[in-house]
Amino acid sequence: MDLNQKRTRTVDRVDSVDPDLVSPESTPMCPFPDEVLEPVLSLINSHKDRSSVSLVCKDWYNAERWSRRHVFIGNCYSVSPEIVVGRFPKIRSVTLKGKPRFSDFNLVPEDWGADVYPWLSVLAKAYPFLEELRLKRMAVSDESLEFLAMNFPEFKALSLLSCDGFSTDGLKAIATHCRNLAELDIQENGIDDLGGDWLSCFPETLTTLQVLNFASLNSEVSFSDLEKLVTRCKSLRVLKVNRTINLDQLQKLLLRAPQLTELGTGTFTQDLVTRPVADLEATFGSCKNLLTISGLWDTNSLYLPVIYPACASLTFLNLSCAALRSFELAMLLIHCKSLRRLWVLDTVGDMGLEAVGSWCPLLEELRVFPADPFEQENVAGVTESGFVAVSRGCPKLHYVLYFCHQMTNAAVATVVQNCPGFTHFRLCIMNLGQPDYVTNEPMDEAFGAVVRTCPNLQRLAVSGLLTDLTFEYIGKYAKNLEILSVAFAGSSDLGLKYVLGGCPRLRKLEIRDCPFGNAALLSGLTKYESMRSLWMSACNLTMNGCRVLAKEMPRLNVEVMKDEDSEDSQAHKVYIYRTVAGPRRDAPPFVLTL
Amino acid sequence: MSVSIKEHDYIGLSEANMEKQAYEMIYNNKDLNLKATELRLGLPGSESPEREVVVHGGAIKIMMAGAKRGFSDAINGGSRKWAYAGDGGQEVGSVKHSGQETDVSVSPVPALPERKTQVSAKPNRQISSPAPKQQVVGWPPIRSFRKNTMAVSQTKNEEEGDQKMGSGCLYVKVSMDGAPYLRKVDLEIYSCYLDLSSALEKMFSCFTIGQYGSHGVRTREGLSESRLMDLLHGSEYVLTYEDKDGDWMLVGDVPWDMFIASCKRMRIMKSSDAIGLAPRAMEKCRNRTEADNE
Repeated sequence: MDLNQKRTRTVDRVDSVDPDLVSPESTPMCPFPDEVLEPVLSLINSHKDRSSVSLVCKDWYNAERWSRRHVFIGNCYSVSPEIVVGRFPKIRSVTLKGKPRFSDFNLVPEDWGADVYPWLSVLAKAYPFLEELRLKRMAVSDESLEFLAMNFPEFKALSLLSCDGFSTDGLKAIATHCRNLAELDIQENGIDDLGGDWLSCFPETLTTLQVLNFASLNSEVSFSDLEKLVTRCKSLRVLKVNRTINLDQLQKLLLRAPQLTELGTGTFTQDLVTRPVADLEATFGSCKNLLTISGLWDTNSLYLPVIYPACASLTFLNLSCAALRSFELAMLLIHCKSLRRLWVLDTVGDMGLEAVGSWCPLLEELRVFPADPFEQENVAGVTESGFVAVSRGCPKLHYVLYFCHQMTNAAVATVVQNCPGFTHFRLCIMNLGQPDYVTNEPMDEAFGAVVRTCPNLQRLAVSGLLTDLTFEYIGKYAKNLEILSVAFAGSSDLGLKYVLGGCPRLRKLEIRDCPFGNAALLSGLTKYESMRSLWMSACNLTMNGCRVLAKEMPRLNVEVMKDEDSEDSQAHKVYIYRTVAGPRRDAPPFVLTL
Repeated sequence: MSVSIKEHDYIGLSEANMEKQAYEMIYNNKDLNLKATELRLGLPGSESPEREVVVHGGAIKIMMAGAKRGFSDAINGGSRKWAYAGDGGQEVGSVKHSGQETDVSVSPVPALPERKTQVSAKPNRQISSPAPKQQVVGWPPIRSFRKNTMAVSQTKNEEEGDQKMGSGCLYVKVSMDGAPYLRKVDLEIYSCYLDLSSALEKMFSCFTIGQYGSHGVRTREGLSESRLMDLLHGSEYVLTYEDKDGDWMLVGDVPWDMFIASCKRMRIMKSSDAIGLAPRAMEKCRNRTEADNE
């Protein structure tokens, strides 16, 4: 068994066993009887580890497949549901991801696919006792949700992230029929919000809820029903309400559920104080277990301080819905000495980020979102100096997502010197093709510094004015890079060739609006089977180039999305992924599989 | 440093022209409501709405075509032509920072068409867009749920007067009965009512606000009728403000932060005119309280 080969396989490839693995002496070589092996293996939860285990020998492969309870499918088209249920007979939890990530930014047309229903119908027969379903970027209809609610009597946990196609009617079905529901986590979906009465569908007998997240829904729910639900679910640990819940209501909920570990508030201000602010502050003080606070819509200097008593133990503070100013953030962070993760809007400015550097020495993750991403004039926001300030004060920082309008190579180099442990470095200079604003040079050296200095880098998103040199650096130095996002960058085919020629652990590559053509695409022929997927849109690919790739690599699906405007020979949007399921059978007319 | 060649698309319009049309379209759209109420010198109906629509249509059409092309037309200012490497993998021609534009024809890798794809890059710092720039689909890469959240909070802020997000100033008009002109003050630079009061006093020298008590710190009490009455009877003038609901309120009742968040403009009234103000303000608050408690 070639260990190098093992590395390129993940659980996404649900292959039949390679006959070379099965040696005649396999039984005596494997000293553990199944009764011992299976319980041991059942303790292994990481899907990467399980994948490794399954490749040891036939006995271990079998033991692994019988002991696996959770399956993770990173690309729903890489495998068919039949193959999955055929291999794993005893699954209780499924995670499925569908559309390419750029669908979040409207680059994937509607009705592209990733419908969960075909999966559900197969899962219902094979895993009638399925307990958990986590979906990301899947198309989910109300019918699917109803089917789910009616066909899985033991169903406990539903998580929908960035999905679309359903309405609150689907949620009604879940609430009504899932008697053992412990988790309902609805995040950031394209949902048709028809009203808040779905919440009232939870039966009075339901007491098992542990996680309830409806922060992204807009409609008002019945507060009295919510309050009763929270009261009777004594194990509730995560509660994230939507903006329609006001402060008084929030206080009542907190009094009912002081055991919460994660709280998402509703609107965090009111026009008229109906009860003293001190009361609210005391309530927050009584929530001793809070680790996460989010929501905080509309908050201001008057109300934000009520959370101070709960801040000392917070590890994650999500302020991305609260347009705080720098001093408001500073005053808050003084109390947040245990903070590991912080999400803010760029209204806090560089001064706010200096406060982060001063008060949060344990910080590991920082995300700065733009409050007004499309504003060009009168741009405030954060700059390179805020970035540097955080890096100085937070040496443990390893995850950053930073939206800004200007950056310098020197600043980025300083940041990574201060924090060489970066695993995720996502820098978005919002002005397209923006060079280093001090030297006017491209931002090549910035990302060169990142890949040279950060050996653990797994994920990188580049932006600004970039030539092929950036990609030369990436290909040469980013040995652990798994995910790369590129937009409006590069000078020629060389750029892509560098990346495809290096980066041995690359799994996901997404590219838009770059001058990479067929030659570059074809230079990565042998690499694509070791990757989950490649997305290229508005580059210089042609149908012929894609056809060549498709012909050479039959185990890849090479899909081209046709655009009415583009010429017939152009391949405007290309999505390439490895699969054992063959070409899609549900492709809409605008998706051509070559 | 650079010479920008005007790029003409198939309709024959140059990029600058498109910018202008896009600008017009957005400008016209934005101000559509205001135009109706705008005071003009021309005869009513002298500007034919159809023509605007045509411009809109034309501009929209151009923009749509541009957007679908990808990045080319979406970037304002100069456009650059990319040179694409041939089989030799040699980098020929224009790299942005060289400041030159080279137009190299694409070498025929299998059936590569003669498509003129531009990646615009800006060697100079500023994006010279006169107006909200044409947006590139999916850029910046912000998920739509996040855009919606922030759009709503933006609107809320805008409703609260001349407030700009993050710009650190909050100018509101101050008028005084009998004064020939108005003044503007930046509420952000004051930290309490006392500061504001003294500043206004200096501005309108024959003017008194009266006392407001300890409003520099967060107060927790509700309104008190008696306190209002004291203020009104204590001086010749009273300071009032219009809040974001359009109601005229007495300055000094609410904590400072709440005041600056809701104040749209101020008016220094003669106290004789303000007699009716206090009861109305109390009424409003009472109604609100009732509504909240359901």
